[in-house]
Amino acid sequence: MGSIRLEGVRKAFGSTTVIHDVDLDIEDGTFVVFVGPSGCGKSTLLRLIAGLEDVSGGRIIIDGRDVAKLPAAKRGLSMVFQSYALYPHMTVRNNIGFGLKMAGRPRDEVKRKVDAVSTVLNLSTYLDRKPGELSGGQRQRVAIGRAIVREPKAFLFDEPLSNLDAALRVQMRLEIARLQKSLDATTVYVTHDQVEAMTLADKIVVLNAGRVEQVGAPLELYASPANLFVAGFIGSPRMNFVSGDLAAQLGAPTIGIRPEHIVVSREGGGWHGTVAAAEHLGSDTFLYIDVPQTAGITARAVGELGLKPGDHVRLAPDPGRTHRFDAQGCALRG
Amino acid sequence: MARRASAARTAAITVVAWIAGFIIFFPILWMVLTSFKTELEAFSMPPKFLLFKWTMENYAAVQERSDYLAHVWNSIAIAFGSVLVSMLIAIPAAWAMAFAPTERTRGTLLWMLSTKMMPPVGVLVPIYLIYRDFGLLDTRFGLIALLCLADLPIVIWMLYTYFKEIPIGILEASRMDGLGPLREVVFVLAPIALPGIASTILLNVILAWNEAFWTLNLTTSKAAPLTAFIASYSSPEGLFWAKLSAASTLAIAPILVLGWLSQRQLVRGLTFGAVK
Repeated sequence: MGSIRLEGVRKAFGSTTVIHDVDLDIEDGTFVVFVGPSGCGKSTLLRLIAGLEDVSGGRIIIDGRDVAKLPAAKRGLSMVFQSYALYPHMTVRNNIGFGLKMAGRPRDEVKRKVDAVSTVLNLSTYLDRKPGELSGGQRQRVAIGRAIVREPKAFLFDEPLSNLDAALRVQMRLEIARLQKSLDATTVYVTHDQVEAMTLADKIVVLNAGRVEQVGAPLELYASPANLFVAGFIGSPRMNFVSGDLAAQLGAPTIGIRPEHIVVSREGGGWHGTVAAAEHLGSDTFLYIDVPQTAGITARAVGELGLKPGDHVRLAPDPGRTHRFDAQGCALRG
Repeated sequence: MARRASAARTAAITVVAWIAGFIIFFPILWMVLTSFKTELEAFSMPPKFLLFKWTMENYAAVQERSDYLAHVWNSIAIAFGSVLVSMLIAIPAAWAMAFAPTERTRGTLLWMLSTKMMPPVGVLVPIYLIYRDFGLLDTRFGLIALLCLADLPIVIWMLYTYFKEIPIGILEASRMDGLGPLREVVFVLAPIALPGIASTILLNVILAWNEAFWTLNLTTSKAAPLTAFIASYSSPEGLFWAKLSAASTLAIAPILVLGWLSQRQLVRGLTFGAVK
C-alpha cells in the first residue's frame, strides 16, 4: 500500500484560492478522514490527491514519488464517488473488472479477482445485472468493489454514504471500517458527517476555508481542540462558547464547555439559568438554557430529567474539562 | 364516462395525426406514383391517382440515360465520408467542451454556429477558385472535405448537448480505473452516448445526402451524387415529370430506407436526455 504526503499543496480557480498551502502526512495503512463544513475544500483536496484536479502549487508524494504532474490514471489510486459513478452500460461484473481488463490482465485473473471481491461484498448474485437494476446500497458496494479489486496504493472516498438512507449508512459505515482493517489499506475519506469522521478515522483532518485547522486522532480533537473552529465543529451538540465576565472569571477571553460537561441541577452552585427548551431522547435530554451574559447554553443530561421550559436551574461546568481560548481563538494550554 | 370521453379524444387525435402525416407525406407519394406513369399521364387533368396504366419505362429510361449506381456510390461516399470524418473531429471537440469547459466554451460554440448563418453562396466564388487551383473540383475528396467542415458546427453542437447529459463522475471513474483520454472516449463515453452519436450520424448523413448547393456547383460528372442526378432531369430537354419523378424516387429511396430502419434510434437520440 502507500503513504501520501502533501507539501504546500495549493489550488486556485482563477483568482480564488480554495486550498492554501496544505501540508499533510498520511502514513501507510492509516484511515484519514477530511472533515469540514460545505465549501471548506475537503473534496477539492481529495480530487487533487486523486489527480482529477491539477494543483496550482506544491507537491503530492505517493510512496516517495511526486505525482503532482501525473494524470489520475497513472497514480495507482482508487476512488469511490458520492454519485457511485458506475458505468451504466456495463454489468456489475464488468464494472468491477473494467480497470483490470483495461490494464491488460489475463481474463482468468480478472474473473478470479472479481469473484473474490463480489463474495466479500455480497454481490455474487448481482454480477450479471446493470447498475440501473440495483438499489442504492448495492450500487455503493459495486463502487467499492471496483475500487478494491485493483489493489491500489490508497483508497479515496468522496462522501460515499451521503446518498444512502440513515439505516443503510450505519451498515455501510461498519462495512467500510471492517474492510479497511482487513485490507490494511491507506484510506482518505471525505465527509461532512462528524459521526462518520469520529467512528472511522485513525486520524481526522479538520479543514476550514481551504486551510487545515487541526490534525489528530478523533478523541484528541474532542479533548483538546486547537482553536474555536475545531472546538465548535467536533462534537454534537456543539460546544458552548462563553465570553465576557463569565469567561474572565476563568481566566480567558473565551471559554468553551461541551454540553456533556455541564452538570444541571435545580439547586446548588454555578450559573443561573432558565430552561428554554428540552429535547427528551430517552437516553439523553438536551436542554437549551437561557443564561444571562451568554448566547444560551446547551447542556446534555443523562436519562430522563423532569425539567420543562421555564424551570430555573443551576449550571456547573466541569472545571477540569473547560477549554480556554485566547482573543485570536487559539486554545490556551495548561 | 370519463374513460369513454378520453377514448374518443384519443381517437380524434389519432385521426388528426394521420391526416397531418398524410398531408406531409403526400408529395413523396405523388412523386412515387408519377414515376410509374407515362409522360402523358403525368400531365393529365384531372390528375389520376391510382387508375392509370402502370409502367416501368421511366426507370428503364433513367438507368439508360445516366448511371444511377455511380451516383448512388458518390452519394454514399460523400454523405457517410463527410459525416464520419466530422465525427472523428467532433467527438473529441465536444468531449473537451462538455467536460473541460473554459469560460470561452459557450462563446466558441455560438461562434461556430454563427458560421452556419452565412449563406453558402457568399463564399461560393472563393471556394470555387480554391478548389479549381487545388484540383479538387469534381472530386469526392473535395466534397467530403467541404461537407465535413460545413457539418462540423451542427455535429459538435449535437454531440455537446448529448455529452452534457452524461455525469462527469463516470468519466472520472474511468480515469481512476487507469484509462487515458483516448480509451476514456472509446470505452466509456462513446458507448454511453451511443444513442446520441447514432442520431447525430443519421441526421447529418441525411443532411449531407440531400445537400445540393455545393454538390451541384462543385461537381460535373465524376463525383456527381444523386442531387446532380436529379437536377440533370430538370431542364435541358424541357421538363419530363415522370422521368424526373423516377430519378427523384431512386435518389431518395436509399435514405428513406435508412431513415425507416433507424427511426427508433433517431427518435431516441433526438429525445435523449429529455426523457430519463
